[in-house]
Amino acid sequence: MEIKIVKQILEWNEDVSKAVIDELADKKVALINVMGSPGAGKTSLITQIINRLKDKYAIGVIEGDIAGQIDADKIDAMGIPVVQLQTDGACHIEAMSIQNMLPMFDLDKLDVIFVENIGNLVCPAEFNIGEDLRVAILSIPEGDDKVEKYPLMFSTTDALVLNKFDMLPYFDFDVERVEKNEKDANPDALIFKVSNKTGDGLDKLISWLSAKISEKTGK
Amino acid sequence: MHELSIVEGILEAVIPEVEKYNVNKVLSIKLRIGELSGVVPECINYYFDIASRDTVAEGAKIVIEKVPVTIKCPDCGYDGVIKIGHFKCPECGGTGFKIVSGKEYYVDSVEAE
Repeated sequence: MEIKIVKQILEWNEDVSKAVIDELADKKVALINVMGSPGAGKTSLITQIINRLKDKYAIGVIEGDIAGQIDADKIDAMGIPVVQLQTDGACHIEAMSIQNMLPMFDLDKLDVIFVENIGNLVCPAEFNIGEDLRVAILSIPEGDDKVEKYPLMFSTTDALVLNKFDMLPYFDFDVERVEKNEKDANPDALIFKVSNKTGDGLDKLISWLSAKISEKTGK
Repeated sequence: MHELSIVEGILEAVIPEVEKYNVNKVLSIKLRIGELSGVVPECINYYFDIASRDTVAEGAKIVIEKVPVTIKCPDCGYDGVIKIGHFKCPECGGTGFKIVSGKEYYVDSVEAE
């Protein structure tokens, strides 16, 4: 006999991500999901954001890595509450992991948590983790074809950060191609051209993030 | 590499449902998977064989129905399929549309006895 089921395969992930959304709405804490390839500059972007926003907001960080805690140590050295999530080989972070990590923070005292997802342009995009914003980082040396190659990542992101923009003269990277493809993939996405190293372009990104965080926290 | 999570999700969707019908064996499971979802069918089969051992779904065949990416264009009214990687309306070239289907990821039905 045929039994009709019609059930989302990742329904449990959707359910848990809704629970995370509810909890963080109650506590007025923004959750920002930072995604990109290994080496794109996720950790250095987060540290730049911390430097520029730590006097305005109470910031926490969840560092996702397959192994080790190199990134968490960097954030910890800045005096920011950080939890290292080791996925033991898994290619992405799931909402359940975020739900399990939230009790490790004093949510009453926090305004925003940045989640550094696993370095990967494929799987992290498929799992909602209860985030308010998705930020995808693409660095110039990675090449200008990535938006076309990884449609889900770039069609679901709220912002595309083109990092290492100071490296542009050294690579055959067609910025217009990327901008056009990103607008095609997601007309609502904002594009920021930055260099974490020189700090160029970060002001615009920071003021956008700051407005979004304030929307959530009311501060 | 998250096909194991997906397989666990499949079993969680299927087993409680079929238990309601007092079946002995699940013969096949039909999935509907959007072309944007990036799931590798071969990996699903491989992990499913392992994860379904000693369950009512052991040995079931996984049947995957791919769902194409479709859009509804607000500019010209086009309502239909587009190719992955060409996020443009095939009729008018517009880009201001929302994706209607192609991100699906669900168990449609099972065949059981």
